[in-house]
Amino acid sequence: MTIILKTSHLNKVYKLGGFFNRIKINALDDVNLTVESDEPVIISVVGESGSGKTTLAKVILRLVEPTSGSAHVYDRLVAGKGDKPSNREFLNSVQPIFQNPFEAFSSHRTVDTYLSDTAVRVTKLSKTEAVDAMTEALHLVGLDYRDVRGKYSNQFSGGELQRVSIARALIPHPEIIVADEPVSMIDASLRMNIINLFLSLKEEYKRSFLYITHDLATAYYISDYIAVMYRGSIVEFGDAKAILADPQHPYTQLLLDSIPEIGKKWQRKRIALADIEAKEFQFTGCRYCNRCPIAEDKCVTERPPAVKKVDGRDVYCHFA
Amino acid sequence: MIRLNNIVATYTTTRGEVSAVDGVNLEIPTGKIIGIAGESGCGKSTLLKVIYGDLIYPLALKTGSVQYGFDSFGQEVTTSDIKEYWFKRISYIPQSSMSSLNPVIRINKQFTDHLDPSTDKAKVLEDVRAYVQKLDLPPEAIDAYPHQLSGGMRQRIMVAMGTFFNPDIILADEPTTALDVVVQKGILLLLMGLQEETKSTIFFVSHDMGVHYQITHKMLIMYAAKVVEFGDSDIIFTEPLHPYTRMLIESLPTIGDDHLRTGVSGRPPSLWEDLTGCRFAPRCPLATELCQTTEPEFKEYRRGHFAACHYAENTYQSSEIAILYDHHPQNQSPE
Repeated sequence: MTIILKTSHLNKVYKLGGFFNRIKINALDDVNLTVESDEPVIISVVGESGSGKTTLAKVILRLVEPTSGSAHVYDRLVAGKGDKPSNREFLNSVQPIFQNPFEAFSSHRTVDTYLSDTAVRVTKLSKTEAVDAMTEALHLVGLDYRDVRGKYSNQFSGGELQRVSIARALIPHPEIIVADEPVSMIDASLRMNIINLFLSLKEEYKRSFLYITHDLATAYYISDYIAVMYRGSIVEFGDAKAILADPQHPYTQLLLDSIPEIGKKWQRKRIALADIEAKEFQFTGCRYCNRCPIAEDKCVTERPPAVKKVDGRDVYCHFA
Repeated sequence: MIRLNNIVATYTTTRGEVSAVDGVNLEIPTGKIIGIAGESGCGKSTLLKVIYGDLIYPLALKTGSVQYGFDSFGQEVTTSDIKEYWFKRISYIPQSSMSSLNPVIRINKQFTDHLDPSTDKAKVLEDVRAYVQKLDLPPEAIDAYPHQLSGGMRQRIMVAMGTFFNPDIILADEPTTALDVVVQKGILLLLMGLQEETKSTIFFVSHDMGVHYQITHKMLIMYAAKVVEFGDSDIIFTEPLHPYTRMLIESLPTIGDDHLRTGVSGRPPSLWEDLTGCRFAPRCPLATELCQTTEPEFKEYRRGHFAACHYAENTYQSSEIAILYDHHPQNQSPE
C-alpha cells in the first residue's frame, strides 16, 4: 500500500514576545497521522482557529520548516531531515489551493498567466502544450479556456475564480492537492458545487485531497479520514464517518453539538468558551482540560496518549 | 409594527445608478428575531443600512420610508430622523469587530465617547462592567485594548455595545460569520437570552440557514434586490413556498445524511441588466414561459406567509419537486 500521508512526531514551535517574557507556542505538538491506501482519499483536518491546522498544511506544502519530526507524502519525504525531492519535483506531486481566490490571484495580471506559468515552469511544457494542458484542466472544473483567457480576477465570481485556482493546481497532475479552507469565502448556495467537484476529481481523476476546514458538515460529506485538532494537538483521528457518527473525545463532541443544523434545535445550555489561547498552549497536561466536563487531576498534569480503538481510530483522551 | 414602505435603495457608480434593494414592502411585527437570508449581493446588508438610516453616498434612498413603530413628541419616527436615536433605540452589531473598534483606544473609552458630556461616565462604566458579566466576559475586559482580546471576546464586546442601552431595534449584520462554531453557538445563545429578556426586535443577517433555523422567529429571503419570501421560521423551514428558499435550505450537507447535495447552480442576474419576469427564473427548475415574461406578485398565500412565485401554491403541494432539485436546472424541461 502507498503511504498517502504520514507525519511522525511533527513539531512546530513559534516564539512570541520579547527577550525576557518570551513564550513558546507549540503550533504543532507531536502530530502523528498515518493514512495508507491504494485508492485516492480525501483527508480532512478540522479545528477552530489557532488549532494548528493551517500550520500542518504549510509544513506539508513546505512553506514552513518543522522544528522537529518528519512528513511523508506518497512515499516521499517532504519535510524533516533526510533526502527530499527538489522543489520542482515536489510541486509536480503536491499542489495547493488557498482560501481566498481574490487574494491568490493578483488583480493586475490575467488569471490565465498563472495557469500557463505553472504549465511552463513546473511541468516544463512548451507554450503550445501548455494551452492544451490549460484547456484540459479548465474543462475538468467545468470551465472553458476561451471564457477564461485574457480576463482579470475581478471579472469572475468567487466560485468561478476558485474553480480556476483548482484548475491551476491540476495542471502538473499532482498526486495530492492541499486545500486550505477552499470554500469558506464562497457563498453557501454555491459551496456544494466546489465540494462536489472535489469528490468527482477524486473518483474520476484519482487525485487525493488534504482538506483543511472548520466546517464539520462538508468534512463529513466528502472525507474518508478526519483528524480533529485542538491547540496544536490531534485529539481524534480515524475514519470520518465513524468519528462524526460517534465522537469519543469530549472536544469532538462539543464541536458536533455546536453546528447549527436544520431540524435539530440547540439545547439552551451555556457553554464554556475558550480561555486566552496562549495560556492553553502552555498546559503540560491535556490542552482541553480547563473546558472539559470530565476532566480530573490527571488531565492537568499528564498529556493523554493515543488510545487505539477497535474501529482503528486514535483518541487522545485519558478516559477514551 | 415596523413598516417598510416601498423601499428602493440605489448606489451611485460611474456607470450610473443601480438598485440594490428594489421595492420592498413589508409589515414586520416587533419583539421577534427576524432572519434575513440570501446570497452575496442580494441586498440584505443594504436593506439593513436603510433601516439603520445610514444613508451615506453612494447609497441613497430613492423612494419609500421606514416607520419604526415608536414616536417622539407625537411625531412618528421615520428614516429621516432615526439618526437621533442611534444606540438609544436602534443599534448595529457589525461583522468585523476588529475593524469596528478603534485599535489605539481602550474599550471603556469607546463605550462612553458618544455620551452627553453631562452624563456621569464613571457611573455608566460601573453599569457596563456589571453588564458584560452577563455575556460571560470578565469585567476587566473593558479596560483592554481590542487586540488584547480574542475574536470571540471582541465580538461579545460588540454585542454588549449594541445591547447595553436596551434599544428597541438591533441590527446584526453577520455578527458571527468570522467566528468558530463553538464561539458562534455561545454568542448566539447569549443573544437569544438577551432578546427574550428585553423583547427587542433583532434583524439578523446571515447566509447560514442553519444559524437562522436555530435563532429566528421570522424569515425574510432576498434574491437579486427583491424579497421573495417572508413568514414564520417554523413554516419556512418545513414548507417553503418559493423554490429558491427550498434550494437554500437543502443545499448544505448535514452530518449523518449521505444524500447527495447539489448547490444552486448558475449565478444571480446582474442588476445592470434589464430584468423582466421572475429574477430567479433562469436558475429555477420549475420556470415556465410565464416566469420569463411576467414578474410574480409578492402576496400573502397563507396567513402571515408571503411569497413572490407564480407557482407558490403548487410548490408546497407536490412532493415530487424534491426529485427535480436533484437534477441540474438546465436539464429540466419546463412543466
